[in-house]
Formats: sequence, C-alpha cells, structure tokens
Amino acid sequence: MKDNLYKYILGIADNSLILGQRMGSLTGHGPSLETDIACTNISLDLFGQVRSYYQYAAKIAGDGRTEDDIAMLRKEREYVNVLLVEQPNTDFAYTMARQFLFDVYHLLLLNELQKSKDLTLSAIASKSIKEVSYHQRFSSDWIKRLGDGTDLSHQKMQDAIDALWAYTDELFHQTQADKVMVKEGVGVDVTKLKETYYKQVNEVLEEATLNIPESKYFQKGGKEGIHTEHMGYLLSDLQYMQRTYPNMEW
Amino acid sequence: MSEEQIKNLEAQFEARIARDEKIEAKDWMPEKYRQTHIRQMSQHAHSEIVGMLPEGNWITRAPSLRRKVALLAKVQDEAGHGLYLYSACETLGISRDELYDQLHSGKAKYSSIFNYPTVTWADMGAIGWLVDGAAIINQVPLCNTSYGPYARAMVRVCKEESFHQRQGYEIMIKLANGTPEQKEMAQDALNRWWWPSLMMLGPTDAESIHTEQSMKWKLKRKSNDELRQQFIDQTVPQADLIGLTIPDPDLKWNEEKGSYDFGEINWDEFWQVVKGHGPCNKERMNARVGAWERGEWVRDAAMAYAEKQQQKKEKQVV
Repeated sequence: MKDNLYKYILGIADNSLILGQRMGSLTGHGPSLETDIACTNISLDLFGQVRSYYQYAAKIAGDGRTEDDIAMLRKEREYVNVLLVEQPNTDFAYTMARQFLFDVYHLLLLNELQKSKDLTLSAIASKSIKEVSYHQRFSSDWIKRLGDGTDLSHQKMQDAIDALWAYTDELFHQTQADKVMVKEGVGVDVTKLKETYYKQVNEVLEEATLNIPESKYFQKGGKEGIHTEHMGYLLSDLQYMQRTYPNMEW
Repeated sequence: MSEEQIKNLEAQFEARIARDEKIEAKDWMPEKYRQTHIRQMSQHAHSEIVGMLPEGNWITRAPSLRRKVALLAKVQDEAGHGLYLYSACETLGISRDELYDQLHSGKAKYSSIFNYPTVTWADMGAIGWLVDGAAIINQVPLCNTSYGPYARAMVRVCKEESFHQRQGYEIMIKLANGTPEQKEMAQDALNRWWWPSLMMLGPTDAESIHTEQSMKWKLKRKSNDELRQQFIDQTVPQADLIGLTIPDPDLKWNEEKGSYDFGEINWDEFWQVVKGHGPCNKERMNARVGAWERGEWVRDAAMAYAEKQQQKKEKQVV
C-alpha cells in the first residue's frame, strides 16, 4: 500500500514539476509583459503544488529523503511524468498548446482527486483547483486567440496541436500503482476522464477554428519512466546544484 | 499662451511642489517636468524588465524547491513593477510601445548593474542583498516624489523590494554558515557584486548632470554620494555579521564623521558599462529584442482576435 501510494503521488507530482520547470524557463522571454507574468505565475503555482505532494511523498517513504531529494535526485528513468509536459518551448503556440492539453486533464483529475479517501491528497487537490482553473482559462483563451487570430497564428497553433496530440492519450493510461490506488479509493480512475477530456478539448479547438487531429497514433512511456530525448537536458538544469554540491543546505 | 502666462503657470506649479502637493496626470506641467519624468520612470521600468534576465537565469537551476518558488515569485514581482511603472509612465502621454522602442534602440538606459553576469547561485543572494539594497536606498525617497502616479507606484515597489532584500540576505546567511564551498561561493559573489552595487547609486555628485533639477522636483532628496555613503554604512555591518569580507582594503570606520571611509571606485568601468560595453550588455539587449520580435505574431494575433470578437458583438447588436 505504502509503495503504491508513494508511486501514485509521484505520478501526479512529476507532471507539475516538469511542466513548472518548462514554464519557469520562459520568464523574461515571453511575447508581452502580461504573458510573462502569467506564465511565471503558472510555474509558481505548479511548484507550490509539487512541494505539497513531495513533502507528503517524503513522509510516506519515511527513509529520510526530503522533498528536494525526491524532486532533484532521481535518475531519469525514475521520473514518471507524461511525455506531454516535457515537450520543449518550441514557440508560444507550442507552449500554450502543451499547457492547454495538460490543463484540461489536470482540472478533471483534481476534481476527482478531491473525493479521495486519502485526506492529504484530497486537501492538496482542493487547494490546487482554483489555481488550475485559472491556468485552463488562460491557456484556452490563448488557443482561441491564436487559432482565430491571424493566418500565421492559426497555422502555428494548428501545427502545435497536431504535434502534441500524439502525447494526449498517455494521460489516460494506468500504471500498476494507479490501479491499486483506484481500488483503494485513493486514486482517480483516469480512464473515466478520457471522454470528457476530448469533448472539452474539442470544443475549444472548434471555437478556435482549429482542426481536431484525426491521427490515431499516440506516444507513451513517461509513466513508466521512458522519456523523450528532451528530458535529460531538462533534468541537467533541474538537478545541477544538487548534483554538483551534494548534501548541502540552501 | 503668452510667455507671461506660461511663467505664471510655472510659478504656480513650482509653488504647488514646494507645498508638497502631488502633481496628477491631468494637471498642467512644464514640458521639461514631463520629459524628465518620462526619462526617469521609463528607465526605472526598463531596469525592472531587464533585471528579470540575470535572475531568470537561475530559475531552472535553483538548488531547492523552496528557493525556486521564492526566485520565481521575486522575478514575477519585478515584471509587476515593470508593468505598473510603464503604466504610470503612460499617464504622461507616451505609449508602452514607444517606451519599448526607446529601450530596444538603445536610446533609453536601464540600470547598468544588470549587465553583469550571474555565474553562481550565490549571485541570487548577492543581487537581493546588495542590488535590491541599493535600489531601496534610491527608491524610498521616491514614495514622496511630486508626481502622484510615480509616488504611488513606488510605495508598492518599495514594500516588495525590501522583502527581496531580506530574502537575498537570507540566501547569503545560509551560504556563509554552510560548507567551506558554500562560504567561498558567497564571498566570491560579494567580491564581484560589491563595486558594481556602489556604482549603481550613480556617478559622483560632481559628474551627475540631473541632480539639481531633480532635487527641486523631489525626484531626488539626497545626492548620489550621500546615498552611496548610506548604503555602505548600512551594508558593512551586515557583511561582518555573517563573516564575509567587503572587497575593499581601504574600507575603514571613521570615528570622526561617524561613517565608513572607502576606496576609489573604478569609474572607467562604470562608464564603459553605461556606454554599452559591459560583460552582458549585448546579451541583455538581444534577449529583450529577441523576445519582442519573436512575440510579434502573438501580439498581432491577439489584436486580430479582439477585433473579430468586437465585430461579432456589434453584429449581434444590429
């Protein structure tokens, strides 16, 4: 039970960690001051959530590791985030498409996680929902603005959606730990979120005058720790200080 | 308006300032007052925006989650300061796009300190402690400056800056009390940031061209040299407290004047950086101009979308 719970927490938290890292690296380089503030804020929210999850995971693991050890001292194969969130900040269309495709899932997940028998997880979910609702509003608005903006922005947003679509299906895969936790009444059955997810996503894409990708070819692996080639570089930054200066307090 | 009428208005204007009244956006003001304020406020706004870059450089590499969150929040605050300083500046009849143009073309300046590189984590501590510390000394008097929108913006800016300063000092405390490697990192950062921080308070009074007029308009209450002395007197004991050494062999307490004597500042270095030849001037400008140019299609799309939405609304009304 404990081991599965630990893995289950990481399955949720790693997504926020990696997406937070991606969004944080944009700070100061966005298309406008307002979007800079918003993207930094999203990153900040995600890292705030990450801290709550890892502090809880550290308690469950009970082996003396801290939130930072869990966040920064695992091997790449031990991170279980979905492939979607590690995709690079190719341009603002990709950044917003990645955010949107994750936000819709994230909000559905947290809504259900509030009902978890595990009171800590349920409390984190309740606290995060307000933040994530805002993320989803922000990213949906940008999908519409870019999709239904100029010809150029439409094309760029369509390209981003087409490219990232392949990573959406993985959101609804269950690991062994997920299945056990669902049975225990702790975890969320993500397979049941899939229909609503695509319905909500498609509504926004339609309003944004974008085509809903028809491809049935999907990528997966992140939940089992098999990542895209982007991940190693992201972790090099994330882990740099902890690896270079081990066992120190900051 | 006749020359005499203008003189009359000017006299009334100066009298209002002398009475400590606030000048508001719609009030009559001499053209020079407007221009001076646009220059100073936009320079301040640009400094906040360019200042995001050296610290943003460490967001992905912050050593702990707690530090990462604090750094993100700090850089976000700076973006916020930029936003309301630009807005305050716009009340003087210039657009944000024009102000950006001035920054991107090199016409407008920003604080030279941000042209130094952030090469270790300790630089996040040193910037908060020293750079924000010097900024506060510069900025607190501005909370009472004569131009209302600027004064009000500065009240908020200063509150947040003093929080940043404490946060930076706290990073330094942790490092100074840490392992020998961490302490060395802290000392190295102090060595590199000390002199640029002193320069940040501006050229010596003899060379400062704007001081006299600025004093009259309460854009300045103390001279650069007075502010610098205040900064040194305040900061040296803080360094002592955590066992770090100020990199100035001539630094000595002067009992008679009740403040520190300090060594010669390398003004050649200051002017070199101000003129665009510091270690990171080009990188900072490339980052700003690059972000702006890469973002053009995004801003165009947002405008086009807003127009379409507006047209839809109008159609519905008809």
